[in-house]
Amino acid sequence: MSTMEPVLTVDGLRTHLFTRWGTTRAVDGVSFTLHRGETLGIVGESGSGKSMLALSLVRLTPEPAARILAGSVVLDGTDLLTLSEKRMRKLRGSAISMILQDPHQSLNPVFTVGNQLAEAVHVHRPELAAAAVRERVLDGLRKVRMPAPERRLRDYPHELSGGMKQRIVGAMAISADPRVLIADEPTTALDVTTQQRYLRLLREIQRETGVAIILITHDFGVVAEACDRVAVMYAGRIVEQGPVREIFDRPRHPYTRALLDSRPRRDVRLDRLPSIEGSPPSLVDPPPGCRFAPRCRLAAERCTAEYPELTAVAPGHETACWRWEEVS
Amino acid sequence: MTTALSLPQVRRGGRRGPRMLWQRRRLPWLPLAIIAFVLVLPALLAPLITVHDPLRGVLGDRLLPPVWQDGGTWTYPLGTDKQGRDVLTRLVYGARISLLVSTAAIVVGALVGTTLGLVAGYFGGFVDKVIGWLVDTFQSLPMVLFALVVVAAIGPSFVTIIAIISATIWAVFARLVRGETLSVRESAYVARARVAGASAPRILLRHVLPNVANSLVVMATLQVGVVILEEASLSFIGAGIPRPQPSWGIMVADGREQLLSSWWLSFFPGVAILVVVLSLNLVGDWLRDYLDPKLRQQV
Amino acid sequence: MGRYVLLNVIRGILTLLAISVIVFFLARLTGDPIDVLGPENMAPIDEQALRDKWGLNGSLVEQYFAFLGNAVRGDFGPSFKYPDESATSVIADRIPRSLQLGLAGVLLTVLIGIPLGVLAAARRGSWYDRVAKGIALFGQSVPEFWLAIMLVWVFAVQLGVVRTSGRAGWSSIVLPSIVMAVFGIAALLRLFRSSMLDTLGSEYVKLARLKGLPRSRVVWKHALKPAASGPLTFFATIAVRLLTGATVVEIVFAWPGAGLLAYEAANARDFPVVQALAMITSTAIVVMNLLVDILYAYLDPRVRLGQKVMA
Repeated sequence: MSTMEPVLTVDGLRTHLFTRWGTTRAVDGVSFTLHRGETLGIVGESGSGKSMLALSLVRLTPEPAARILAGSVVLDGTDLLTLSEKRMRKLRGSAISMILQDPHQSLNPVFTVGNQLAEAVHVHRPELAAAAVRERVLDGLRKVRMPAPERRLRDYPHELSGGMKQRIVGAMAISADPRVLIADEPTTALDVTTQQRYLRLLREIQRETGVAIILITHDFGVVAEACDRVAVMYAGRIVEQGPVREIFDRPRHPYTRALLDSRPRRDVRLDRLPSIEGSPPSLVDPPPGCRFAPRCRLAAERCTAEYPELTAVAPGHETACWRWEEVS
Repeated sequence: MTTALSLPQVRRGGRRGPRMLWQRRRLPWLPLAIIAFVLVLPALLAPLITVHDPLRGVLGDRLLPPVWQDGGTWTYPLGTDKQGRDVLTRLVYGARISLLVSTAAIVVGALVGTTLGLVAGYFGGFVDKVIGWLVDTFQSLPMVLFALVVVAAIGPSFVTIIAIISATIWAVFARLVRGETLSVRESAYVARARVAGASAPRILLRHVLPNVANSLVVMATLQVGVVILEEASLSFIGAGIPRPQPSWGIMVADGREQLLSSWWLSFFPGVAILVVVLSLNLVGDWLRDYLDPKLRQQV
Repeated sequence: MGRYVLLNVIRGILTLLAISVIVFFLARLTGDPIDVLGPENMAPIDEQALRDKWGLNGSLVEQYFAFLGNAVRGDFGPSFKYPDESATSVIADRIPRSLQLGLAGVLLTVLIGIPLGVLAAARRGSWYDRVAKGIALFGQSVPEFWLAIMLVWVFAVQLGVVRTSGRAGWSSIVLPSIVMAVFGIAALLRLFRSSMLDTLGSEYVKLARLKGLPRSRVVWKHALKPAASGPLTFFATIAVRLLTGATVVEIVFAWPGAGLLAYEAANARDFPVVQALAMITSTAIVVMNLLVDILYAYLDPRVRLGQKVMA
């Protein structure tokens, strides 16, 4: 499905958080390319920096603690990090938009759904008359398969279910035909059947509009269901990336391997989840070598001394591990 | 599909252990020092640290300016009033009044409010409705008017002013304690105590009260400044401490007549109120953030 | 919604009833008002005439119900001090003047307090935020009467730019309204700052930014409206305090409003006037609280639909 036409190219992105406890290297040199019409999954544990990465792409990292220090985010030939805030703002929601994790929190409780949807249209197309805005809003709601869209406009968010709210957020995100859609754990707060329906919906929207999707998740099941390629993040860096099938079949990083192993299977009882021993390193003072080394079974001397850069191990498959050949 | 990873969470910022009061946040030293040296110590030590009489002046030394102005003398560092009384001495004794009135009013108000709040929150139903009605009533009373009437009716005195102020603040405590009691009441250990056959007073004292103690301490601290302001205002309009007691509010009021010639008479007592109340507010805010962050939304 | 309003109205009426009891019996703590009204050792016939005139017949409880019945009709009897006028008319003269001053105070409070609080939250941690916090702390801690005197001293006595007292010309309202507003500004500033910090950190504000809205619009629309319902309750308290006559300020500036009248009437033991003032003020407070509850429901649709239980 992907035509291998790059839409978004991220190179050497570095976002640090400056807090009173020290500097946290939340995103520490991340590079990847997103192609037209494809879905890239970004997988990691909480605290791996994946949400900070998402916010960095749209330049909405929490102020004043976070600062984007280096790198480039090139969308259709424009480096977003060099734009003025005014120009960046015009791209948000129109060229690059985002769906947040919790639909119950992402809509403003004191405005109607219609008001919030219309606003998203109006801000990018101020010349449109009210009727035209309304038409576009309804069109967006139809795109996300909202039943009886006219009736939803006057509802307040608390009158809708989680799945409906998340559809509305989705309608908002695609209302200006963005090139890139970032979905930050869009289904985590939903129940299982709604989750699946929502992921299918994203796929359908992609097929219709050709939007490139970055799907951030901690759940390899979601990756299997909805992504073409996947990048695994650990402690602020991408440690492995490649086509989904390839990564599932032949993981070349011990961390990916451990993540895949820790997925519950149908035949294993849920209360005995296997897990990776140890905890992710503090991002305040990361170890000099591979950041996974302290928890890695394969760790050798070199692993704690020198950081392994991403290297190609198969077409489109890269890993950052000194001993990738031994990961089976 | 529900393949959530069961990995341990990232721990930020190193070790988290129980930390002591003074480690968690820096103590507000300056406000504490001001409270100590302008309010508490003068109040406790007034007769020991002053040489003049706060009530009787030296008629020959009337309206002397502070020491740094022409005609000022070290005998009266902050000058004298029109009866020849030392302003500094009266300020020191005024601290006594502020501390006494605020402590007494808050103790009474907190006792009444806490009791009613506990009862309302624990028993609910009709009792709760009646107490809620009382709270509404006292919070809708125009307080200055109320004080004026009471004083006009029974005359100004320490007891009157303490009663008036207690009447104005108990509702705050009752509201707070009622809310907290409601949430504690449903908790498992209170249910267990009930099942074990503990009596209502025993449950309230042993199980509920300790749980609301933090909020109470914070609220009481925050109210000290409010009460000191209230006492000063009421004394200023003659509905508080009777003359010739040196309440800071009375000193400001008396100095008003000599504002043109003797600015220091009104100025210094006002500054004393300002710095003390300001410090109390800072300490109260600090204590609230430390003990009970959820109170932040309330004033 | 209708039920919600009705319940609040009933609550308000019950509160006013309780206040009327307090107001009536407090005034009687002094003893029989007849002692204030007539000369000592009055002839019994004169006394009876006085009692008839002032409605002082029967037991205290009977007198209370007579008082209540008249009060509902706005009749609090003649003033003790100005026997030719009714208490209500004495007050009616003063209320517009208090309203004038109070309105100026409320206007200043809202126009200064809310923007300062909103901006302090929007620029959290900046020098601006620090100054705003300083203003809030000062306003909460400064004794009103002292601030009033010091302002008079500086602006009227030293600089001579405004009049010291009374009610003449526009300049006479400046200082008293500033003094009245200081506490409210501090309170609203603090409340808005803290509730804005909550909403500014919310996901819906993040989403509003993600839609491409300018930050200013996000602050003043998406963060401010949900942040306003909390402080509103407190605003009612401030507004009533200002509108019904701030006694202390009116005394210092010799502003002939209801607050100064309360002071004079209480000192003269003019109980009908004091009672009338107390009841009018309390009614204003109760009505204001009722309006706030309704406005609250308007601001937060969850309350309107009865889904959110009021504290």
